[in-house]
Amino acid sequence: MEISAKQPLVLDNIAINLEGRLLISIDQTIAPGDVLSVMGPSGSGKSSLLAYIAGFLDPAFSASGRALLGDRVLTNLPAEQRRVGMLFQDPLLFPHMSVEENLLFAIPHSVKSGAERILRVKSALETADLQGYQDRDPATLSGGQQARIALMRVLLAEPGALLLDEPFSKLDAKLKSQTRKFVFEEARKRDLPVLLVTHDEIDADEAGGKVFNLENTEEQ
Amino acid sequence: MLRIAPTLALLVLLGPVFFGLLATIIPAFGYFPALGGETLSLDPIRNLLSEPGIYRSSMISLWTGLGTTVISLLVVAGFVAGWSGTNWFRTMQHTISPLLSVPHAAAAFGLAFMITPSGWLFRLISPEISGLTRPADLLIINDPAGLSMMAGLVLKEIPFLFLVTLSALPQVKPRRFAHVATSLGYGRMAGFIYCIWPRIYPQIRLAVFAVIAYASSVVDVALILGPTNPAPLAVRLVGWMNDPDLTMRFQASAGAVLQLLITAFALLIWIAFEKIGGFFLMMKRCQGNRFANDNPMRIFVLVLISLSIGMVFAGLAILAMWSVSGLWPFPDVLPSSFSLKSWSRQIGTLARPFWITITIGVASTLIALVIALACLEREQRTGNTGGNRAMFLLYLPLLIPQASFVFGLQLFFLMSGIDASLFGLVLVHIVFVLPYLFLSLADPWRAWDKRYGFAAKTMHAGDNRIFWSVRAPMLLRSILVAAAVGFAVSIGQYLPTVLIGAGRWPTITTEAVALASGGDRRLIGVYAFLQMALPFIGFSIAAIIPAVLFANRRDMKASS
Repeated sequence: MEISAKQPLVLDNIAINLEGRLLISIDQTIAPGDVLSVMGPSGSGKSSLLAYIAGFLDPAFSASGRALLGDRVLTNLPAEQRRVGMLFQDPLLFPHMSVEENLLFAIPHSVKSGAERILRVKSALETADLQGYQDRDPATLSGGQQARIALMRVLLAEPGALLLDEPFSKLDAKLKSQTRKFVFEEARKRDLPVLLVTHDEIDADEAGGKVFNLENTEEQ
Repeated sequence: MLRIAPTLALLVLLGPVFFGLLATIIPAFGYFPALGGETLSLDPIRNLLSEPGIYRSSMISLWTGLGTTVISLLVVAGFVAGWSGTNWFRTMQHTISPLLSVPHAAAAFGLAFMITPSGWLFRLISPEISGLTRPADLLIINDPAGLSMMAGLVLKEIPFLFLVTLSALPQVKPRRFAHVATSLGYGRMAGFIYCIWPRIYPQIRLAVFAVIAYASSVVDVALILGPTNPAPLAVRLVGWMNDPDLTMRFQASAGAVLQLLITAFALLIWIAFEKIGGFFLMMKRCQGNRFANDNPMRIFVLVLISLSIGMVFAGLAILAMWSVSGLWPFPDVLPSSFSLKSWSRQIGTLARPFWITITIGVASTLIALVIALACLEREQRTGNTGGNRAMFLLYLPLLIPQASFVFGLQLFFLMSGIDASLFGLVLVHIVFVLPYLFLSLADPWRAWDKRYGFAAKTMHAGDNRIFWSVRAPMLLRSILVAAAVGFAVSIGQYLPTVLIGAGRWPTITTEAVALASGGDRRLIGVYAFLQMALPFIGFSIAAIIPAVLFANRRDMKASS
């Protein structure tokens, strides 16, 4: 199921409730290569939107509406079949695997040739400016390096869309702007629709796309 | 497979308990056709009650059960209240954990070797201080009141209750509340007992109950340290159960029911203690009694717990030394010569019990591990933990006296024809291995950061791939430690092994306990040393494997 021509990410009348309180109500389409930034203070439940789209919303929440990639309805599929990549607040590199094993884990199983898999890892590391880091222990990398590996890992899985859950919030200011730029560039290169949730206005500014503010649950 | 895991776990835990109890209770009323009991009658109960000293035996069981629990819990609560958050506390934490894996019988032998009139403590003060050149004629172990037996049990229950309390501690965030209480002028211990203990106790309550049930019905420790004339109830039961006269089985059944009642009565008295203690605490709290100067008390508790730990370690060291001692006459503190004769003489007879011990231990641990992992993985996938009820069912085999249901299980196996088979032994060991293994694994398993699983899912990894490639390797250390706990529990089992094995499947533990009455210290040293060495080897393997596999993975290092 190769997704060659990139498809838009459609948020079709999604509403998320927690204990009867409406947290999020959104109806948006994100074109390939575009970024939609969802802004809201912490505790506003903005992460639950990403969890709903990716398929691991906590059962304490209730949600309605659909997420689609093109005309493929994601919300009916199990999480592992949705093919939406996600970056979390932490890089979450698997601590028991080397950098290379982490990246190999992400490459689709349909790529059978071992040589081809190794080659993809190599070129991903080059993109991340981390040539030769294959055998490193992820725990020994700097925060910025880990963030770049985490992005490469997500992209190697060939997602149809990218979800960003404040992935820059734990980096210091300088690193934050570099990493942010890198992520958006790579996503644009691949023509991926990107959904970013953040409480940081600079994140949204840098993203350069539409901004959706959660406070009034309306488009600005 | 995963879907049936919780059912399978319940079947494996509760099936033996249920059928065991049933097959214990029915013969108590004279009905067991296989042994010629065709009609219901009260004769077994009448015979039981006419046994000499039966009342005293029951009282000893009740008294040692409650006494052990009161002392162990007070020491643990006092130590945690007085010292949590200090360096002493952290040191103690590391010192005490290995004690949990020491089988009860080995610890009891160690204590015996310390405190008998010819034991190491007397040697230490003889002849200079005590003036003794020959062992004094004193009855210390096997004392009629069961004090030395209680001491032997306390030595093992303190580590158990301490580690259970330790795992409950972080959930109640003790620091913050302790600081509030201290700033209001309360002593360290009072602040802890008033504000934090009431929230810890409900979490460790089942473990306390398990201690009561165990201490009121223990057989191996009682055979080593307990009173003999009369012996505690459980010891006498086992005698009747193994009596060559098969009709004694009826009386044994009646006795097993009496044991059940004694343990239940002990639990009831304990629940009354809880109410009285709770009321007393509330009164003190409302009166604002601050106990600000608690330093003497803190030091007293520290000395107590250090003594109890030191006693176990010293006892085990003396055991080991006896196993390699040559001549070691009385007031000498150290043997005058060392020799491997005791070991070389035993190699031949040791081999069979050794391999039986390993086989049963490994088999029951592996099966229990698969069941526990399947239950936890299913819980993860469905989000259903089973809550308090599941916890209670898990503890149930630990709350019922072993003698009461394992004896019935023996009769049950007898009827179904799997008596004394290795299969039956493995099955009965699983009943005790599974709860401890599960309790040890559940916390780290549940504490795993689920986002690793989410991240893997966004890379198209399914549940099975996540389990095998991500979660299980990340939790390998905890899995192996839990397996080592299970293995240690299996090594320590005495009564189930004796009853179900019917003497045909000797293990290191059953052989060691059988030596208790003989008093050959070198021989006991050999067996008791093996008894403590096997669990230790298990834990060493559990530490070495992840250390080697993940030598170059910094975040996979042991955390504490």
